[in-house]
Parts: sequence; C-alpha cells; structure tokens
Amino acid sequence: MTQSLAPDVVVSRPTDSQPAPSGPDDERRIRRIAFGHRLSHWDVKLSPYLYISPFFILFAITGLFPLIYTGVVSLYDWHIIGGQGDFVGLKNFEWVLGQEKFWIALRNSFSIFLLSAIPQIILALIIAAILDQNLKAKTFWRMGVLVPYVVAPVAVALIFSNMFGDQYGLINNILGQIGLDPIGWHSQVVPSHLAIATMVNFRWTGYNALIFLAAMQAIPRDYYEAAAIDGASRIRQFFSITIPSLRPTLIFVIITSTIGGLQIFDEPRMYDSTGQGGASAQWMTITMYIYNQGFGVAGGGQFGHAAAAAWLLFLVIVIVGLINLLATRAIASTGTRSGK
Amino acid sequence: MTTAVKTRPTSWGSKRSARAAATNKPTILGYAFLVIVILGSLFPLYWSFLIGSGDASTLRNLDVNWLPGGNFLANAAKVLENESVGFWRALGNSLIVSTTVAVSVVLFSTLAGYAFAKLKFRGSRPLLVFVIATMAVPTQLGIVPLFIAMSQWFHLSGNILAVILPALVSAFGVFWMTQYLSQALPDELIEAARVDGANMIQTFWYIALPAARPAAAMLGLFIFIGTWTNFFWPFIILDSNNPTLPVALSLLQSNFFVDYSIVLAGVLLSTIPLLILFVVAGKQLVSGIMQGAVKG
Repeated sequence: MTQSLAPDVVVSRPTDSQPAPSGPDDERRIRRIAFGHRLSHWDVKLSPYLYISPFFILFAITGLFPLIYTGVVSLYDWHIIGGQGDFVGLKNFEWVLGQEKFWIALRNSFSIFLLSAIPQIILALIIAAILDQNLKAKTFWRMGVLVPYVVAPVAVALIFSNMFGDQYGLINNILGQIGLDPIGWHSQVVPSHLAIATMVNFRWTGYNALIFLAAMQAIPRDYYEAAAIDGASRIRQFFSITIPSLRPTLIFVIITSTIGGLQIFDEPRMYDSTGQGGASAQWMTITMYIYNQGFGVAGGGQFGHAAAAAWLLFLVIVIVGLINLLATRAIASTGTRSGK
Repeated sequence: MTTAVKTRPTSWGSKRSARAAATNKPTILGYAFLVIVILGSLFPLYWSFLIGSGDASTLRNLDVNWLPGGNFLANAAKVLENESVGFWRALGNSLIVSTTVAVSVVLFSTLAGYAFAKLKFRGSRPLLVFVIATMAVPTQLGIVPLFIAMSQWFHLSGNILAVILPALVSAFGVFWMTQYLSQALPDELIEAARVDGANMIQTFWYIALPAARPAAAMLGLFIFIGTWTNFFWPFIILDSNNPTLPVALSLLQSNFFVDYSIVLAGVLLSTIPLLILFVVAGKQLVSGIMQGAVKG
C-alpha cells in the first residue's frame, strides 16, 4: 500500500520545476506548505521522541516495571492469594538456597544446557561448512535444515517423549532389535537429560547453522584459494581460516544459547504427562522450579520464593554468560590473524 | 545487503565457473550428509503422522510398521471434537494473538528504528544502548509481577489480552529495524523529502516505511512464529477454557496421555498452519536469519 503512495508525493511536490497551474487548488497547497514550515522546527525536535515513545511507554509498563518489581516481591512474604505480606529481607533467597530441589534443578539445567549447546554448535558448524560450498539447489537445502524451527517446542516435546518412551518407545525398540537393553529415558537422570537435549538440538541446530553460514559467506574466498595453493587441506582450512573468522558469530551464538539453554522450560515440562520433572526431579529445571514455586499445584503460590529463584537464575545466567564470553574469546583468538 | 543475501534456485548449474572449481566444490559426501540432516529434520514429523494415523495398539507393536495407518482423520476428529481441549478456539486465539503482536511489533519497531537510525535527537545513543541491554534479560525474571499486574490489577487472567499486551513491543525488533534502516535508507532521500516540503510524519510514511518493507516482513515472520510457538507465559496466564495452541497441546497430553495416537495427531494438526506459512515464506525466513546474523 505504501509503495503505491510514494510516487504521488513526487508528482505533487510543490517545488516541481513545471510552471504551477493557477487555481484554488494550488493556493490551498501553498498555504499548507507555509503552515508546515512554521511548524517544522517543533516537528523536527519532537518527532523523534514521538516515534520512540510507543516502544518506551509499553516497554516501561510490561517489561521494565515487572523486572524492577521482582526485586520488591523477592524481599517480601508474598502469596498468590494473600498478596503482599511482611518484609522478610533476604529470607526468600535463604529459603531457596536451602532447598535441595533448587540445587538439583540447577544441576539439571546445566547438564541439559551443556548436552544441547555443545553438540548443537559443533553440528551446526559442520552443516554450515557444507552449505557454504557451491551446492546445487541452495535454497532447498537451507530451507530443509530450517523446518524444525517452525515446530513449537511443546509439539517437539510431545513427539520426542513418545520416541523416547521407556516401554514402547521407538528408540528402545530399535535398541532391543540390535540386542541392547532398553534405557530408562524417563526414569534415569542422564538419559532423561539426553532426551531433552535432543529436542533442543532438533529445533535449533539448523537455525544456528544458517547463522554460521551467513558469517562464513562473508569470509573472502581468496583466503581459501591462497591456503589451497599452499597445500592446506579442507580440514586445515576450516580450523585455520573459518573458525577464527567466525569469532563474533560464535560469541553471539554461544551467548544466546546460554541464555536460552539455562531458561529451558517447555521441553522438560512436557516430557511427561505430570510435568513435575520426574519422580525424583531428575529432569526438573530452574524455570520449572520457579514455575512450581509461583504457580504450580505443589507448594504453589509462593511468589516471594519464585521471585527470589528468578533472581538467582538471572545471576547464574550472567555469570555463565561472562565465562562463556571470556572462554570464547580465548579459544577463537588463538591462531587468528590480528586483523579483527 | 538484501540482494546479496537473496538466493534463488536459478543458480542451478548456471555457474559452474572457475571459482567453483577452485576450492569450493561440494563432494558426494557433503550431499549425503545434508540428506541425512534433512531426513533427521523431517523424521519426527513423519513419526507423529505414523503414530497419529494408527490406533492405541500401533505403539505397542514391537515391529514398527513404517507405513501410516488409516486412522489419522478419526484421531484428528477426536482432537477437534474434544470439548476440554478446545482446539478450534485455540487456533483462533493463536491467530489473533500472533497477528496482533506481529503487526504491533513491526509498526512500533519501525517507528523507533527510524528515529534511532536517521533522526538526530538528544539522548539517542544511551537510549539505544538501553534497548539493546534489555535484550539480554531473561523473561522469567519479570514473570511474577507480570502475573500480579495482569491477574490482580487488570483482571485479565484467562484473557488473551494478557498474552498480547506484554508482547506489543520488542527490544529485538527496535534493534533489528535500527540496524536495517541505518544501512538501507540513504540520508539523501530523507533530505530530499524534507526539501520538497514533507513534514516528519510524511517523510516517515512515504520514505522510511517503503524502505523498511523487506526488514519489516522478516521481523513480522519471526515475531509471528515466536508468538505462535510461545508456551511459558500463556501457560501461566491462560486457563483451559481459552488456550492458545501450545497450551491446548499441553491439555491434550493430560487428557489423552494413554493414547499417543490422538496426542500426536493433535501435534501434527497444530503444526500444519506454521508448516504452510513455512512453505510460503521459508525463503524469506532463511534470508532473514542470515541477514540478522551478519549484522548481529
């Protein structure tokens, strides 16, 4: 719609070099311009603020206020029904830190995050390196690896929890056919983490591969040609040219998958029909813990506890994010040309 | 920028040039690997069709039958007719929520992005840095006060407005449009419009908005998909009478958890709308991801 409107402006612009036809219509136009000029000073000064204000007003109400208010809630004895109670200082934090389940949830979150982030990034790099070659039907391959991205995490969880079924699941079925014992994908700690990590990898590997691909395409081809002439193998080129050149993108992907990975909720929540993270919380994550404290059936409604746990999760994410940032810098800068 | 990223299937063999021959020729192994990756990407969907088209006994069969059964429509009907799952209502809600949110985010992000990218005003730098910084804060941090506000102050618990309102603006959207417009919209064009007597809002409407169209379309796609697949917040604030699709799916599991053939038929049903969107707009989505990455 806007495209069709644009030429009209050009046609009717008043500074057009053609002799202006006289008439009442033209007079009106001139008066409007004069009026516009008088206003234009304030127009120029105020407009930017006008344009950014919808974002900032809405963000202040629905984004910033809750963030700040979480701090308040975390310092009070606050229940879903009773509302704000007594000021308790850091008691909520103490309570959460004293809970064994919180630490189990923290362990689970880390385990699932590591089991998903590491294979995912490695696999995404390999896929991107292949997609970066001069393939036939590029768009087809790129779209193909992106299909899982449009499947909702809840749907992914339902599909995979079925495939990883303990008794009749596809995976155990196949294991049985090749003569192996079935694995307790829902009953044991590490297998349940592996299954959930598989869901995350399914949905995000292709997406990250495309991000890596974009960065790879920005690397000048001459580097590779020069390296090939020097006799460097494909593998050698990958590690000596591609990886160091990807540093900013690697940092970006690692940070975003840290933030996302440590917050994981949908997949573990839907991994079985009760949503409690297993009989002994073997796959309950921090966000599930927050949910259970605040809104869950068991021990729910403790908003103070939930808010404190949310702050602790944020702290963990910040710390891990910083460690990741430093580590990635160190790893990816070894052997880099000093260009970047 | 856009043209560089845009890929067309017309590159089919048309460029068997010397450059391709140099170092970058794919091997059979590369194609084979990609085929495996794509089969892996599609397999879970096929699996849900396989189970979803069978009956309760299909799963207990130790020899997997790799051909679908004939019960998909019957299973789908059970999902659609089940009152407590409310599939049609969920579909309608998801459409309303995702569309509203996508339109709103695109509009407000373009407005703010244009201001940050092209207009000079006091405080623009720190404000933009603030916007970017908020992108790193996890949503869970504000979930408890958001619940208090939506349910106890505004009495919107169970109402899809409670899902729409917090999503109307996006810091990522503002960042995305700022990045795009600062490169795609030449200053000369704006100056020319000003010289020609266009006021600020006219300049925005006739110059910035048309220039923003490709990026706006991609942002809209991402926000639509993100909102459609979002679970955590709708799960908290909505109830079973008025769910969005992911919430309805979660109900499906608790209602039918013994019969996976019905659950997975429902999974497939709920995925079909986004799969259609993907077929229509997948190319844009791919180039959008790649473009965002270069700039991010």
